[in-house]
Amino acid sequence: MAFEYAPAPESRAVVDIAPSYGLFIDGEFTEATGGKVFKTISPSTEEVLSEVAQGSAEDVDRAVKAARKAFEKWSALPGAERAKYLFRIARIIQERSRELAVLETLDNGKPIKETRDADLPLVAAHFFYYAGWADKLDHAGYGANPRPLGVAGQVIPWNFPLLMLAWKIAPALATGNTVVLKPAETTPLSALFFADICRQAGLPKGVVNIVTGDGTTGAALVAHEGVDKVAFTGSTAVGKAIARTVAGTDKKLTLELGGKGANIVFDDAPIDQAVEGIVQGIFFNQGQVCCAGSRLLVQESIHDELLDSLKRRLSTLRLGDPLDKNTDIGAINSAEQLARITELADSGEAEGAERWAPACELPENGFWFRPTLFTGVTQAHRIAREEIFGPVLSVLTFRTPGEAVAKANNSQYGLSAGIWTEKGSRMLAVAGKLRAGVIWANTFNKFDPTSPFGGFKESGFGREGGRHGLEAYLDV
Amino acid sequence: MSERLTVFKTYKLFVGGKFPRSESGRVYEVTDSKGNWLANAPLSSRKDARDAVVAARKAVGGWSGATAYNRGQVLYRVAEMLEGRRDQFVAEVAEAEGLSKAKAAAQVDAAIDRWVWYAGWTDKISQITGATNPVAGPFFNVSSTEPTGVVAVLAPQESSFLGLVSVIAPAIATGNTVVVVASEKAPLPALSLGEVLATSDVPGGVVNVLSGRAAEIAPSLAAHQDVNAIDLAGADAELAKELEIAAADNLKRVLRPQPVDWAAQPGTDRMTAFLETRTVWHPTGSLGAGGSSY
Amino acid sequence: MPTTVPAHGNDAAGRLKELADATASDSALRRFLHGLPGVDAVGLEARAASLGTRSIKTSAKAYAIDLAISMIDLTTLEGADTPGKVRALAAKAVNPDPTDRTTPRTAAVCVYPDMVATAKAVLAGTDVKVASVATAFPAGRAALPVKLADTRDAIEAGADEIDMVIDRGAFLAGRYMDVLEEIRAVKAECGDKARLKVIFETGELSTYDNIRRASWIGMLAGADFIKTSTGKVAVNATPANTLLMLEAVRDFRALTGVQVGVKPAGGIRTTKDAIKFLVLVNETVGEEWLDNTWFRFGASSLLNDLLMQRQKLSTGRYSGPDYVTVD
Repeated sequence: MAFEYAPAPESRAVVDIAPSYGLFIDGEFTEATGGKVFKTISPSTEEVLSEVAQGSAEDVDRAVKAARKAFEKWSALPGAERAKYLFRIARIIQERSRELAVLETLDNGKPIKETRDADLPLVAAHFFYYAGWADKLDHAGYGANPRPLGVAGQVIPWNFPLLMLAWKIAPALATGNTVVLKPAETTPLSALFFADICRQAGLPKGVVNIVTGDGTTGAALVAHEGVDKVAFTGSTAVGKAIARTVAGTDKKLTLELGGKGANIVFDDAPIDQAVEGIVQGIFFNQGQVCCAGSRLLVQESIHDELLDSLKRRLSTLRLGDPLDKNTDIGAINSAEQLARITELADSGEAEGAERWAPACELPENGFWFRPTLFTGVTQAHRIAREEIFGPVLSVLTFRTPGEAVAKANNSQYGLSAGIWTEKGSRMLAVAGKLRAGVIWANTFNKFDPTSPFGGFKESGFGREGGRHGLEAYLDV
Repeated sequence: MSERLTVFKTYKLFVGGKFPRSESGRVYEVTDSKGNWLANAPLSSRKDARDAVVAARKAVGGWSGATAYNRGQVLYRVAEMLEGRRDQFVAEVAEAEGLSKAKAAAQVDAAIDRWVWYAGWTDKISQITGATNPVAGPFFNVSSTEPTGVVAVLAPQESSFLGLVSVIAPAIATGNTVVVVASEKAPLPALSLGEVLATSDVPGGVVNVLSGRAAEIAPSLAAHQDVNAIDLAGADAELAKELEIAAADNLKRVLRPQPVDWAAQPGTDRMTAFLETRTVWHPTGSLGAGGSSY
Repeated sequence: MPTTVPAHGNDAAGRLKELADATASDSALRRFLHGLPGVDAVGLEARAASLGTRSIKTSAKAYAIDLAISMIDLTTLEGADTPGKVRALAAKAVNPDPTDRTTPRTAAVCVYPDMVATAKAVLAGTDVKVASVATAFPAGRAALPVKLADTRDAIEAGADEIDMVIDRGAFLAGRYMDVLEEIRAVKAECGDKARLKVIFETGELSTYDNIRRASWIGMLAGADFIKTSTGKVAVNATPANTLLMLEAVRDFRALTGVQVGVKPAGGIRTTKDAIKFLVLVNETVGEEWLDNTWFRFGASSLLNDLLMQRQKLSTGRYSGPDYVTVD
């Protein structure tokens, strides 16, 4: 008899989703002008979770005006008072973290294990960290009494909905800005629950405004004349469009965009931990991570051995109900994203790479993709160059450290990279040559509010997190 | 006895450590503020800009890989060389900007002092911009800054020398290489600066100086996929917007034009504008698996 | 991958000969051990912790509890051990829960050599084995002939399994060959009469790299089981060091085809802990190690907690210490 884990589902009862949500503007939920709505579904079941308002340009205008009005008082508050609001928010998030984790898992499709152990703790930590900065900005290295910018227009993606909200809102509020945030079309719910947290924290109205909608809503927000600061996390294509939109204005811009991270494994790597790091690098959040280690660069001399270990390890991944506490691989966020992953993976096969995936059953409903790896990939393959944003690993080989660095850097992107070696000098030499904003040596996909995050090249500019993250929201 | 006829200088571009003419064979007339002819300056083409980018890219590895101390010494050497040719630059600036000798001298002195100031920054800026970050886990986490790479610089139009130095020096102090488009109407101090750089231990390609029409050269620099950043100091609002839009194609770092008093003491922002922060994580672990208390 | 043979079978010795190069000399052995992949402590511990978050409920929990009970080497290793104490413990091994005869037996009882005969008398006719610590347990500070005599005594008294300690002093001094040869000598003494468990005292080896090297020394020398610790030092079995040893037996089998068992010992006191270890086994080496031929718990108080949890599952109410036996 085998050791089969019985289902261990997290209870849905901890979260109460309303049948419909309006826009959160000036401290109140209001209907969208024109009354348009759209449905948000659970990607693991395709069940409709709620109906959400489609914010129009007029709604964006209302929200920006509310934020502008709130800015005067908010920015004039003593930093210590702003800090206390943020501390309150951090604490309320901790209190409600199980509810928010379940909600996020429902709306996004990612495993509860991740929302519970990664997203939510990081969300609370981010608010807690930036809360402490609010009354210490004089010491941040940007001169005495650095001033906020004004109204921040923030557009976030669907892969870490609440965490990306935290990365945007916490530093913005700490520095004295007010915010209009547009969550992703497919994952609006946690931002709307965050609005309720703002209410519980007693945050002055208009300081945080949440306008749900699709790409047109986001475009209206970044183009709005009353916005002083634009922060965007998402695709490189949209990032470029935003950069063109704000060209010639005084709007300060930061962009966190795509990536095609190289995870470099040398022959002297701690192999068992490297295998874990590779798995964590590309299968965390179904690979829907901008800093995913989607290109495995393995030293040719250990290629076969490493691939054997990796395949064995992939065979133990548990795919299925995201609410099950033992699920490692959840659902892909949307049909659209699934189609993109499928198309790119198919191109890998068509271009001659060898495809492998462990045997595992996919649920009937919802959007699913097996954890997949491709061997025999070269720099010329699409799957080595384009961001797949899914659980697909491209395996390439190298012979020397120089070749590893050259291949790793041979990309339009420059967000993340991994280095696996037990030799300290080699790690430092390689890290010093990689054109990437975040480098994980003998680890991968670690995040912390104190640690700056952001890219080189077409992965965007500006940093989120740490002291560096303040700069994006200060007039410096 | 007749007055001695002076020897004119042929002003040339400075690209990859060499002094080529424009590949287009074109020149344009440079006059002083009263309209008197001063020289014919090369009228750079887009191809000249492309060649300059190639030279700048080639120089990135060596310059950014040099020790910060070494870069500081090289930049200081530039100041030494300028000091020796002070009178020449005073004369050029006076003619270019229509200033009195005394005012031009103040500009040149300030420019020389600015080189010294930035020379001293090379091995300090990363201590200001970096950090060790106290992450909540068993990891050593350090952020340090790296040069962005190749920076296209549109030098200020009015301040032909002090302004020029004020945009070149910060970009290269941190390890970037630059392609600078000199002030359109007053390019001569910039072209002469090339001669100083060539004799100051600055590796070829670290600074490349083009003269000509910003509106003609800059768009190709802004759109160039192998240029990492652009400083729009010398662009007017309309050109700046056009260039910023073009720069989005490969998400160049863009420093927008802003009113600057070049004579005032600068901050660090012209250096930090062209730096990338890289954060490296590494596990720390403990002394032993046994929970040793040694 | 070579076909699998058990370390205690007749074919194992032949397989180990294929690795004779590695053990041909002191320097060859050193090169081999230092050529093993390094261990990143943070990554190893993170992986062990992450497997510790598996949620084992209902039918899986019932299965795991019975499996864990059947894997226990029910242990008493005290200066104060008496025949009465050992008889009581042996009786408990055969019949852990007097109120529920469906409860599995433990794998073995584990005692000092002088108590082997006493235990054997109670266990005769059952499938519960008698394991005996030997080789000057727990410090192992005695001459080889003394250690071999200790082993012989235990086997002659009826021990089915010998739990030896390695010479940590020799290991830490870098005399790997001495460690290996001593294990070989004890293995020879065991012959086909007793399975040999080799205890590393991981808490004294201190680093994970050392634990990996010691694991390979033990396996190369012919160990049937590799075992974390004596239970007599501050740090005994942990999820991380057990995971590391599971990786070692996995890799050893992949290379040689020889299957070696793993025994974490000391510090595993609760059902929750035990299930975490079973998850480690399940997801690292799989079901081929999920029985008491290949995995054991060296424990004493663990059994009662498993029994109380077992009663909770069958009755639906929480049990208490008065409803399990104190032995």
